[in-house]
Order: sequence, then C-alpha cells, then structure tokens
Amino acid sequence: MSNSYRGSAVVRWVNDRLPIFTFLDHQMRDYPAPRNLNYWWNYGSLALVALVLQIVTGIFLAMHYIGDARFAFDSVEHIMRNVNYGWLLRYLHSNGAALFFLVVYVHIFRGLYYGSYKSPREILWWIGIVIVLAMMATAFMGYVLPWGQMSFWAATVITNLFSAIPLLGQEIVAWLWGGFAVGGPTLTRFYALHYLLPFVIFGLVFLHLWALRTVKSNNPLGIDVRGPQDTVPFHPYYTSKDYFGMGLFLLVLAGFVFYAPNYMGHPDNYIPANPMVTPTHIVPEWYFLPFYAILRAIPDKLGGVIAMAASLLVLFVLPWLDTSRVRSARFRPIYKVIFWFLLADVVLLGYVGSQPAEGIWIHIGRALTAYYFFHFLILTPVVGKIERPRPLPQSIAAVVLKGGKA
Amino acid sequence: MAEHGTAAVHTGETRRDFLYVATAAVSVVGVGAVGWPIVDSMNPTADVLALATTEVDLVPIEVGQAITVVWQSKPVFVRHRTDQEIAAAADVAIEDLRDPQADGDRVQKPEWLILIGICTHLGCIPIGYKGDFNGWFCPCHGSHYDTSGRIRVGPAPENLKVPPYTFTTDTSIVIG
Ligand code: HEM
Ligand code: FES
Repeated sequence: MSNSYRGSAVVRWVNDRLPIFTFLDHQMRDYPAPRNLNYWWNYGSLALVALVLQIVTGIFLAMHYIGDARFAFDSVEHIMRNVNYGWLLRYLHSNGAALFFLVVYVHIFRGLYYGSYKSPREILWWIGIVIVLAMMATAFMGYVLPWGQMSFWAATVITNLFSAIPLLGQEIVAWLWGGFAVGGPTLTRFYALHYLLPFVIFGLVFLHLWALRTVKSNNPLGIDVRGPQDTVPFHPYYTSKDYFGMGLFLLVLAGFVFYAPNYMGHPDNYIPANPMVTPTHIVPEWYFLPFYAILRAIPDKLGGVIAMAASLLVLFVLPWLDTSRVRSARFRPIYKVIFWFLLADVVLLGYVGSQPAEGIWIHIGRALTAYYFFHFLILTPVVGKIERPRPLPQSIAAVVLKGGKA
Repeated sequence: MAEHGTAAVHTGETRRDFLYVATAAVSVVGVGAVGWPIVDSMNPTADVLALATTEVDLVPIEVGQAITVVWQSKPVFVRHRTDQEIAAAADVAIEDLRDPQADGDRVQKPEWLILIGICTHLGCIPIGYKGDFNGWFCPCHGSHYDTSGRIRVGPAPENLKVPPYTFTTDTSIVIG
C-alpha cells in the first residue's frame, strides 16, 4: 500500500518506513469537506492557530519568567524592559489569550446556530466544552503569574469558589493554596499547571479532530452529505480559505499588540500583589464576565457557584434538550429568533459583569441569568416541539449549483 | 485440537477473568498508594504549618481606631471600639441575623474587637468604617458587616471569623 505512493525517491523511501505522506494525504487531500462551508467554519482552524501561538510565545516567556512570588512581578517587568522583543512575546501572549477566547466563543455560537451539537456530533461537542473548561483554567492561572494586584485577587476570589463546597470546602481550598491564603506556593503550582494544561488541551484537540473525522463536518444547511457531488477536498480548497481567515486574525491581533496592547488589561495589575489590600473594583478579564455576572446574580454563595458551573454544564446536555431534528437555524424560524436573543443575553451579561454589584445592576443581572437558563431548559425543548421547520433542500449540491442560499 | 481449544476457552474463562480482576486490582491499589502522597504534597508544608503566633501591643491604638496585623499570612483587624459602636453591636435582634451570634460571644473585652479580615464570601479584604452598618464593607461583591463584624447585607454567608487570641497583659494580646 505504502509503496504505491507517488513522489520523489526520498519521499517514497520515507513513506515506506513511516507512511506519514499517506497519512497526511488521507487527512487533507482525501478528506471530503462539504462544498458550502461559510466563513463561520474558519474559527476551528483559527482556534488551533491561537493555541499554537500561545504555546510558542509561552515557552519563550518561560525562559525568562520566574515562578516564585518574590521574583515573579519583577521578572515580568524584566521581560518587558530588558529581554529582546520580550514586550512583543508578552503582548502577543496576553492579547493572544483574549482573542483565543473570542475565536472559541464564535466557534461555539456557530455550533449553536447550525445545530452542530446534534446527532451524530454529541461527543465532538462534549470534547469542545471540555476544551473551553481547560482553556478557562489555563487562562486563569496564566493571569495569576505576573503577580500584580489583579493576579493576586483573582486568584483569591476564584480559589475561594471552592470553599462553597459543603463540609470539605476549607480543606480543599487550603490544599489548592498550599497555605492559609494565596501565596508563594500557590503561584508556583499555578505556573507548573499553566505550563502543563495547554499540552493537555492539545491532546483534547486531537480527540476533537478524531471525532470530527469520524462524523464529518456539519454545514450551513445542516443536511447530510449525500455523495461526492456535495464535497470538495479539504486541501487545497479549505486550507487556502483558512489561511485567508488566519491573515485577518493576525491583523486584528497585530492591531491590539502594536496599537492598544493594554486595552483589554487592567492597570491595577501593574501594582505588585499586596495580600493586605483589595483593589476597590475587581473585575475579571472580559472573557469571564458573563459567568462572573451569573455568579453574582445569586444572593447565596453556594447557589452562585452552582449557577455559574451550571451555565457551562448545561451545554453538555444541550443535544438532548433540543428536541428539533432539523439542525440549521436557517430552516427553523422560531429557533433563529431565540438564538439571537441568547446571544444578546450573553453579551449583556458580560456588560453587567463589568459593573459594580449594586443597585439596578443586581436586578438586571438576575433577569439576564434567569433568561439564560430559561433559554436552554424551557425554550429550547419547547420550540423544538412546536416549531414548524421550513422544507429542507434535496442536497447540498442542488443548493450550491442553483447559486441560491436556499 | 479443536475440541481441546474450545474446552480451554471454556474452562480458561474464569481463570482469565481472575487475571483481569487481579491486574485491575493491583493497578488501583498501586495508583492509590502513589496517588495519595502526590495529592498530599500539595497541602500546606511543615514550615507553613509551624507559622508562629503574632503579638500585638494595644497601647498605641486609640478609641475609634483600628489596625491590621498579619497572622499566618492573613490580615487580622484589631479595632478599639467606641461606646456607640459597642452599643450598636449589642442592640440587634440576634434571631434576625444570617449567622446568629451575640456580640458578647465575639469579644473577650467589649472595647477590643479582633477579627480575621477576610470576607467570608470569596476572600477579599473588607474596608473598615464603611458600609451601611459602619463596620466593614467588602468592595468585591458588596457585603456589609456591622460593628461586631457580623454579616448584615450582601452575599457573604458568615460573620467575620474571630481568631484564637489571649490577653497576655491588659494591653497586649497574642494571636494564635
Ligand atoms: C491555552 C493556552 C494558553 C493561554 C490561554 C495562556 C494565557 C495566559 C495569560 C492570560 C497570561 C497572563 C498575561 C499577562 O497579563 O501578562 C499568561 C502568562 C504566562 N504564560 Fe500563558 N497561556 C497559554 C499557554 C502557555 C504556555 C504553553 C506557556 C509555557 C510553556 C505559557 C507561559 C506563560 C508565562 C511564563 C506567563 C507569565 C508571563 C506573562 O505574564 O506574560 N503559557 N498566559
Ligand atoms: S468577597 Fe467580599 S463580598 Fe465577595
């Protein structure tokens, strides 16, 4: 089989011993992708680009960073001032993390709109959610590393979430800290885990793609591929399209890195960590704000933590909450509307999360939190039952060749 | 041969099952034995646990003043309460409190209120002489504590904790 591979003598010599070219061909050139994928399908490969960027910049930052509470803050300043292109590495890493989340959130909402979580893609969807959870843990621990005021108090507030666990809460938190408060041991272990987790994410991405290769890509019509007339080879068609998207992504990243590198950061994090003073207004990074708003919406410690966890965990059961068998929102007149309501709800939650927890914001936050769960637990199953979907097209090819949007 | 084979499979089944169970059991015990030391290695270390007590001289603290000292790397508030503050703390219907506790049970001497300065919600440090009850206000998610350090409004579930302390003389204490 392997010696049937065409190519130069060297390529064949290698391929006969390790069929890497056959493998790549199989994955890229022979992989049939639906011919109607739109730009919302760019975000998966973009997420991979962002992950690789984080790993590469992170490894080079790690060569100068010191994971010890006595030196951490100064070592980051050293990176910014003395290390050649240290500022570039750090700004790429911090802004890259934020854009990584943006890309992954778009990727998730794409899945929500086109029903990509439905059979047979449930496990693919699950692995995706596990990836977001691991990303959140990674970004949180990374944010602690510069050991500024925001780092310290983010670490305090987030680790204290575990103290809400009945009975064992305090023991668990002391175990996480390695002490009686966030301190040196906490920073050093977060550094170790911050280095490790991205590689775990890499492994998860591999599983994600394995599942994808098994069940194949969904598409904007949400109907199954019927035959070769519905597909094009992934390479070179989608590789070139993905490269184009990557160019735009890198432009946006460069815009932040070169023109507004601290736009998404907080000035308080340039003050060294002080365990005796909490900044008067602490807010998480923007990509955590919707969840933060949900945490604060519930006037009970344990309840808030449960609601926040549930807001993500509900996505695991979404494939069964959605009772409609039609995937794409294009053919679901009511679902299409509630999809946009959900998106607006999450964006507004993010805004509320950035405001102080007082007065009117508390009530708005509660209403938006209630709607979030109402969407998944009530609206989604009910709409699936009562909605009358529009007729599905015959095939992908029929729609594409008509040039219409169906 | 064929017969022998099927017979072997037949009787071998239970023996092989035994091997499955045995290898699985060895693995579980092995992982457990190695796992606990690994997990426990993350707990506070011996030197952290041995952290000493903290001594506080109360003489310089005027009535109506509070200082923050460090004990086991935690902030501890030492507040010299005024008569009004003591009266306000006593004048509360205890049943209505979220974490019912009489002021008398939280102090050794009414004029000295000594508290661990960590919000029982998510661990921020409340600001003194602020909030609806002029005790402490936590800026993180808006918890208000009264002049006895009891939670009155906001998300915190419990009162500010009282650390173990003893008066060594009339004007000095040892925390811990
Ligand atoms: C999923 C991938 C990753 C994400 C989302 C991520 C996120 C972050 C964030 C948000 C920060 C704080 C940036 C700041 O405000 O300064 C940070 C810092 C840091 N990260 Fe990562 N990171 C990732 C991968 C890695 C990897 C693989 C390494 C090392 C091999 C690494 C090493 C570091 C170091 C040394 C710092 C401290 C220096 C600094 O603050 O700039 N990161 N990370
Ligand atoms: S930590 Fe004090 S109110 Fe949340």
